[in-house]
Amino acid sequence: MTKRIELNVDGKAHAIDVDPDMPLLYALRDDIGLRNPRFGCGLAQCGACTVWIDGEPVRSCATPVDSVGAGKVTTLAGLSKDGKPHKIQQAFIDEQVPQCGYCLNGWVMTSAALLEKNPKPNDAQIREALSGLKCRCGTHVAIMRAVKRAAQA
Amino acid sequence: MTININRRALLTGIGSLTVSVLLPGASARAATFGAASKPDLKPENLSSYITVNADGTVTAYWGKMDMGQGTDIGCIQMVAEELDVPVEKVTLVQGDTINSVNQGGASGSTGIQQGGVAIQSAAAEARYQLVQMAAQALNVPADQLSVVNGVISAKSDASKKISYGELIGGRHFDTQLEWNKQIGNALFVSGKGKIKPVAEHKVIGTSPPRRDIAGKVMGTVDYICDIKLPGMVHGRMVLPPIAGAVPLSFDKASVADIPGVEIVHENAFLAVTAPKEWDAIKASQKLKVTWSDVKPPFPDQKAIYDHIRKAPSIKRETLPDVGNIDEAFKGAAKIVEANYEWPFQSHASMAPGCAVVDYKPEGTSTLWTSTQKPHFGRDGVANSLGLPAEKVRGIYANGPGSYGRNDSGDAAAAAAVISKKLGKPVRLQFMRHEGTGWDPKGPASVHSARAAIDKDGKVIGWHFESKGFSRLDVDSNESQPAHTLAGQLLGVPLKFNPQFGTPEESYGFANRRKGWDVIAPLLERNSPLRTSHLRDPVGPQIAFASESFVDEVAFATGRDPVAFRLDYLTDPRDKAVVQAAAEKAGWQPHTAARKQMVGDIATGQGIAYSQRSGTRVAMVAEVEVNRTSGKVWVKKFTVAHDSGLVINPHLLTMCVEGNMVQGTSRALHEEVKFDNKSVTSVDWMTYPILDMTEAPATIDVVIVNRPDVKPSGAGEPSMRPMMAAIANAIYDATGVRMRQAPFTPERLKAGFV
Repeated sequence: MTKRIELNVDGKAHAIDVDPDMPLLYALRDDIGLRNPRFGCGLAQCGACTVWIDGEPVRSCATPVDSVGAGKVTTLAGLSKDGKPHKIQQAFIDEQVPQCGYCLNGWVMTSAALLEKNPKPNDAQIREALSGLKCRCGTHVAIMRAVKRAAQA
Repeated sequence: MTININRRALLTGIGSLTVSVLLPGASARAATFGAASKPDLKPENLSSYITVNADGTVTAYWGKMDMGQGTDIGCIQMVAEELDVPVEKVTLVQGDTINSVNQGGASGSTGIQQGGVAIQSAAAEARYQLVQMAAQALNVPADQLSVVNGVISAKSDASKKISYGELIGGRHFDTQLEWNKQIGNALFVSGKGKIKPVAEHKVIGTSPPRRDIAGKVMGTVDYICDIKLPGMVHGRMVLPPIAGAVPLSFDKASVADIPGVEIVHENAFLAVTAPKEWDAIKASQKLKVTWSDVKPPFPDQKAIYDHIRKAPSIKRETLPDVGNIDEAFKGAAKIVEANYEWPFQSHASMAPGCAVVDYKPEGTSTLWTSTQKPHFGRDGVANSLGLPAEKVRGIYANGPGSYGRNDSGDAAAAAAVISKKLGKPVRLQFMRHEGTGWDPKGPASVHSARAAIDKDGKVIGWHFESKGFSRLDVDSNESQPAHTLAGQLLGVPLKFNPQFGTPEESYGFANRRKGWDVIAPLLERNSPLRTSHLRDPVGPQIAFASESFVDEVAFATGRDPVAFRLDYLTDPRDKAVVQAAAEKAGWQPHTAARKQMVGDIATGQGIAYSQRSGTRVAMVAEVEVNRTSGKVWVKKFTVAHDSGLVINPHLLTMCVEGNMVQGTSRALHEEVKFDNKSVTSVDWMTYPILDMTEAPATIDVVIVNRPDVKPSGAGEPSMRPMMAAIANAIYDATGVRMRQAPFTPERLKAGFV
């Protein structure tokens, strides 16, 4: 019932033998040993597990590992280049956005993807793009400031 | 004077922490200060709070917790202030029972108010001791010394100087403090060193940034879910479909195909483990269990408020009456009455609870936890493991937020039970449906208010009552198995504590009564509706009712809500926050709902205020209500916040911002749903919270700094009056009075008819 699956994660190739129906999240955490994509709901409702596949934010908790194929997976920790924060990460740092920070994968990865497609989003576009994410600490207004700051950077 | 150079050369040369001060001048002599090894971790030892390191930096050890609001930075500022060292030279260690005393963890917004002030007092004593050491080392009377940036010098001769690092760096204070013999929030210590007067503050009142941000944003720090140990297995609970049912038997064959699965069962406690997490999840879903046949324990949710009204009171408390309330109502020209209803609410933390326990029958066992009270968590795990507390080390790891007694303490207790049974390190995480369905809940309640008004429109009588489930079916910490889900499943006898509360405000109505009644839990044991502390326990529901009622009485007497509050408030600080919020918000006085409409959108303003343990908050909410959809958008909050002396204005502002968004979510969306069997709101679809499209556009925080007043809390007070501010704004916009929370489109639309 296990299957050999090859994954490219943050630029590194991995081969793992796993249940092909297992969500990508557990492959990243348990089999590859990454830490930052986190379990929040297992239902694709919150975003704490968000990674990019070929630049598109996806919920790794509800993405079967077998469906990733040749897609390049990027995690929050893989978003920075040579230890230098991505501009959205820098803006989140400058605005001191997170409180607990558990949800950050979703907000940072989704915001970064938004700015790739729409470098100068207006408030309504930012709100809409981030509407499927949860933050229980209520840092929403700080997130708005950070995304706008990054858009101006 | 070459003392610094000599000392530094000496230290560099021997690479040792030993302090032998070679004094230049007339009489060179050696002096050694402090102890080479750290004294025992006891509340009365100064070394339990402050260490000067060999490089002159300072480490503070704190027995409270910052949960992401920057309280630790506030404490660092308080320590830096007293020690006269730059903020950058102070680090604070928290959440490890091996190196900090139990100051109560995060609790009741007391981080700065109690925990910060205690460590500030310890730092003041450390400074005192350092100056005494310098007096000896420099042969200059202590009162003729001054401290700048951790260097003590003679006022008359600045070349006579010695640094903290040179005095005791790398060694340990060996003096004692006066300890008030309290553990937890109330712990306080003091010595001969006195806290500085506010006029001398250089660091308190500035806004150094938090230090945990970059690691979180870059994805490089571990969270509780990331803790991994050799040989560790993943655990999942198996909880009953009908609350109160117990597993009679289970079919091992149903999970036999899952590698490495083990089943742990005792009384009503049932869990599965596997070396791989996904396997543990599958096992928890596949395990076939025969549950006992129990009568569904809960009433129809629609009848919950009737149930509360009719259920016998098992405990009643009242504040002492003021005046003669019965006479006041007998003589009233008019009586205003209203009833309000508040639902159960869930912590619904960002992720379900998770903990790792490594049981070691010999040696030291370890708990990794994201509870906000790691010392109490350690005590609870020690109890579960049958070990003395000193044989268990509790270590905090970042968690999915914590705003009270959420399910992390239950995860710790369950992990302990499994680790002991299996003799392996266990990482237990609940699933989402358990995190939202089975966490301790904020209690549901009903509130009745009546006011007696005389012929001139003056309020002469005020009577406010709350009745509901206790705020503490289980305690606010998990130090005893009775207060954890695992303990209850194992059959530990319950320790129910019936508590509620009364409004905290300063209205000077001539005759008044405030009381509460608590009713019995719907299901005593293993209940998914058991209650405990959720951010500002019972504060939002009480103030929702009392401050909504203040507006109702204001309009009933023909007064503007701001003017009415100023008429009757007696505390000058309370009046000041009401005035500050109204002025900053551009309050538009009105004596009836204005129902201002543009197209489908009705707009309105509402004000509310309350006290909380010394802090005063008033706020104006500005709402847009869509008359077609019934949806409410709180467009803007203006919040006046008086928590006495402000330590870090920027982080205070951000803390209030978080409160406002979380509280708006509670006001507009949050209601635990249940049927007669169990809780049915079990994820983000069935227990929705505020999303980005609904977040306020503006949160304007007006900090009322009162340097002459000791700092009080900020973690919860702004949560308290918010629901009433929103309800009052909805009334101004629509003329519909929200007396039942949350303010959902269905309830709004029902009112439009």
